[in-house]
Order: sequence, then structure tokens, then C-alpha cells
Amino acid sequence: MGGIAVVSNNVLSRSDKAFNAVLYLILAIAFLLCLLPLLYVVSVSITPYSEVLKNGGFILIPKRITFEAYQIFWEDGHMLSAYGVTIFITVVGTALNIILTLLLAYPLSKRNLPGQSFFMLYVLFTMLFSGGVIPKYLIVKNLGLIDSVWSLIFPIAIAPYNVILMRTFFRALPDELFEASLIDGAGETRTLFKIAIPLALPSIMTNVMFYGVMHWNTFMSALLYITDQDKQPLQVLLYGILKGSEMVDSVDYTAPTETLKMTAVVLTALPIIIVYPFIQKYFTSGMLVGAIKG
Amino acid sequence: MQLFQNRTIRTIFRKRALYFMMIPGLAFFFVFNYMPMYGAVIAFKNYSIKKGILGSPWAEPVFKYFIQFFKSPYCITVLKNTLIISLMKLVTTVPFAVFFAVAMTEVPSVRFRKMVQTVMYLPHFLSWIIVYGIVYAMLSETRGILNMLIKDITGHTVNFLSSSSTFRPLLVATDLWKETGWNAIIYMAAIIGIDTSLYEAARVDGASRLQMIWHITLPGIRSVIIITLLLKTGSILDAGFDQVYVMYNPQVMSVGDIIDTWVYRTGLAQWNFSLATAVGLFKSVIGTILLVSLNGLARRWGESLW
Repeated sequence: MGGIAVVSNNVLSRSDKAFNAVLYLILAIAFLLCLLPLLYVVSVSITPYSEVLKNGGFILIPKRITFEAYQIFWEDGHMLSAYGVTIFITVVGTALNIILTLLLAYPLSKRNLPGQSFFMLYVLFTMLFSGGVIPKYLIVKNLGLIDSVWSLIFPIAIAPYNVILMRTFFRALPDELFEASLIDGAGETRTLFKIAIPLALPSIMTNVMFYGVMHWNTFMSALLYITDQDKQPLQVLLYGILKGSEMVDSVDYTAPTETLKMTAVVLTALPIIIVYPFIQKYFTSGMLVGAIKG
Repeated sequence: MQLFQNRTIRTIFRKRALYFMMIPGLAFFFVFNYMPMYGAVIAFKNYSIKKGILGSPWAEPVFKYFIQFFKSPYCITVLKNTLIISLMKLVTTVPFAVFFAVAMTEVPSVRFRKMVQTVMYLPHFLSWIIVYGIVYAMLSETRGILNMLIKDITGHTVNFLSSSSTFRPLLVATDLWKETGWNAIIYMAAIIGIDTSLYEAARVDGASRLQMIWHITLPGIRSVIIITLLLKTGSILDAGFDQVYVMYNPQVMSVGDIIDTWVYRTGLAQWNFSLATAVGLFKSVIGTILLVSLNGLARRWGESLW
């Protein structure tokens, strides 16, 4: 019986070959559909626009390269200040997210802690029901946070989904570890920092990834809470660049507008694309091991 | 009983550090999640900024703003758009994700699969405004590469971005582009969890790979598919604020304006806080009812959302 399986594994039948060919083809198309638009945007941003038009728009690998548009953004200052805001909310916001999430998830992971299920329900209920955008806006306004960077940090300082993720991870750790530490005379706080957090590092990194990307992509809350143009984060600035100049679309046909738009897209996406290979392992590791069947 | 209570109190006292730890997180949930729930009472009041949430007088009748919304012409438009866009996304995202999950797990080369995965997951991490920039570079009527191509062939251009016939398909297509790879992860994990002996047995019986997919893989991930479908149905009133907001324009308002964008404009552009809050509250309540009842349904099938 095993022999038959081995034979059919090694010698591919004609239909198997055709099946594989179709699979490769479909996935290759999906691969290109995702990759080429990104490459195109990068290419336009570094190609002189006359060159782009000369080739009818088709430039994937530019022959002549110019960083003129990047230089314009560098000198203009708006992009730099938007970068400043976004980097600040990403770093400080994520740090606050992780601290709050750990401090809440750890006690909630204790099965015999009195009141644990009540507090869990308290967290879960915020996923089920929300007061809505406008009441939240009024709270932020009443706290005096309008036009402050903290309005982009505090309202999303902790997310129920990440608390659940972290709590599940802590629950999967063997109880004996914590008991031993407590018996040795370490308090709960010490146990959290010396035992739980070092063990939870992979899970913490996953949370850093989720929270970090969320902050980097902050858009709606900035529309709501930030009215001062100089305090807008990157995504809102990009929105202004892409949308604002759409009105002059038909009027002017000078080269740089297009190049500038694509450069702004690249500048906003670049940090995500740079860290992407590093964060990728946190959502694929373990999950896809042993994917090959038979 | 007395003894038990004392023991509980003693446990609480002994574990007080754990309770102190929870305070900051619980406080943030209180201020930014629970206080807005209370703030939603302005849906039943004539809210004025001067008088605040407490001081504003009750609306006459209390449901004034709900009635105003349901009687208005935009009510039908906004509800219809929200439901249609959500449903269009619902019926496309899940099949696409399942299809790619199956294709990825079937493809023999691990290196090829990893390469495709890496690129397909990436758009998930990009914001909608970045995706709009990419879409603009592809489809813009004057400069989009696709339109340049269409013009070369047919001599005229297609207005993808601001025509009411293409706007909803555009939302669906960009959503698929951005999320298919990411959505496939959960199904891939489920496929990997299927007992491999089933495939071996089928192979011995001479089953083709398509037959194995149809009779083993898809039934094997059926419960995951049902759960994700229910979860997405539960949030059917969320048609995606960021996506619609960055892509819509006056020409497509009639087919693209959704509850969330309408609430945003009514509240923050027209300062009609009570009306906007009433509509937001209506959406929240329906969403909660849907989620709770769908979870009940899922539980009956032996799977729970939480």
C-alpha cells in the first residue's frame, strides 16, 4: 500500500503535471498582480516624467533616474513634520499599547483570580458594542485633546483583540512556572517581568507588529481629532497630496505633479515595506510549517 | 459562607498586585469605550456644545433624530449602499481567499509558495490611502497606465474612478487585491490541520487531486469557512470607512456613500452631532444584535466566535 503511494509521488501522471502547471500559472499571475503595481509606483517616482510619457507610461525599470521629487519633499518640510508625527505616534503609541496590554492580559490569564471573568467580559463587551464615532469625538474634545498628538494615541491605547491574543498566550504557558516563581518568594510583579514577559517575547513581537502598523496607518482619527495642518500624520498628508491636486488634473500637465504624487506614496509606504521582511516571520512562523501534504 | 468570603477577600488582598496591574488598561477602556457609550445619549437630546452631554435638553419626541433619519431621502441610499457594498465584498472575499489557500497548499514548490505568500500578504499592511495612490497610478483617466493602454487600443479612455457604474466593483476589486493573501492565512492553517492519512487513503483509492480538494480539503475547512462568513455577516454594516472615504468623490456619492462616511460628514462637517450620533447608535445596535445572534447560531453548530 505504501509502495503505491511512493510510486504516485515520484512519477507524476499527465493530469498531475497539468494540474501543477495551472497552479503555478494562477499563483504567478496573483504574484505579478500584487508586485507590479508597487514596482510601477516606485519607478514613476524616480523617472523623469518626460521619460514616462515618452514610453506611454510603461516604465518598470527606469533607464534614467532622478531623485528630484524626493529632494522637493526633503526641502519642503511638510513631509518631514508629518514623518515626525507618524514616527512619534508609532513609537510612543506602540510602547504604551504593549505596556497596557501586558499589564491587563497577565492578570486576566489567571484562572482562579476572583473577578477575572467579570473583567474579561468588560474587555469583550467593547468589541460587541460601541457608542459610535461622534460620542468618542466629544470625549476626546472634552479632554482637551483636539489638535494634540495624544488624541492619536490615547483613544487606541489598548485594543481588546490584542488583550485576548496576549491572554491566550499566557494561558498556554505551564502553570508550574509561575507557581515555582511565587513559591520562591517573587511577587506577582516580579514574576511577570522575570518569567512571563521573557517567555512571551514572540507574542509581544506579534502585538508590536499589529499595533505598530495600526499607528503608522492612522487616518480616520487624524481626520477627526487633528485640524491643524502642521500636526497631520503622514497618511493625511498623502491624502491631501493625492486628492488636493486632483482638481488641477485637467489644468496643468507639467511633469512633476505625477512624480510628486507617486513619490509621496513611496515615502509613506517605504517604512512598512522595509520592516515587512522582519515582521513577516511573526505571522507565518509555526503557522505554515509542514504545509506539504502526503 | 462567612469563611468562603473571607477566603476570597484574602485571595484578593494577597493578589492585589494583579489588580493594580489591570487598572491602567481598564481605565483606558472606561474612558474611550465606556464613556462614549454613555455619550451616545445625545442621540436622544438636542445636543449643544455649550450645554454639554448632561445639560443638553431631551429631544421632543425622544426619537426625533431617528425619525428624521428614517424619513429622509438619504436614509435609503446610505443603507442600501452599505449593504450592497458589504454583500459584494462578503461573497467575493471568502471564495477568493479559500481558492488561494487551496492553491498555495497544493503547489509543490515550497520556495515558490513562500515567494508568492510574501508578496500577497504585503498589501494588507498598506493603508487605504496608499492603495488609492496605487489605484490612481493604474486607473486614473488621464495618467493611469491601464487607461493609456486602453487609449492605445480603442482610442478612448474609461472613467474607472469617478463613474457610478464602476465605483462598487472598484471597491470590491481593491479590497480583494489588498486582503486576499492575508485572508487566506486562516484557511491555510485549517488545511494544514487536516489529517494527512485521509489524503493517503484517497490516493490509494485512485482519487484525482481535484477530487481530493472537493471531498477532503473543502469539507475539512468547512467550519472555518462558516465561522468567517458569520463573523463577516456580523459586521455587515461596516462597509469600510477608510476605503470609501479615500476613494469616493461627488460623482459616485449616490452609489458609494455609506453609513460611516455619512455619519462623519453629518457630525464633523455639518456639526449635527445628535443626528450623526443617532445614526451611529442605530448602526451599533444592529451590529451588536447581529453578532450576538450569529454567535448563537455558530454555537449551535459547535463553533463559537469567542
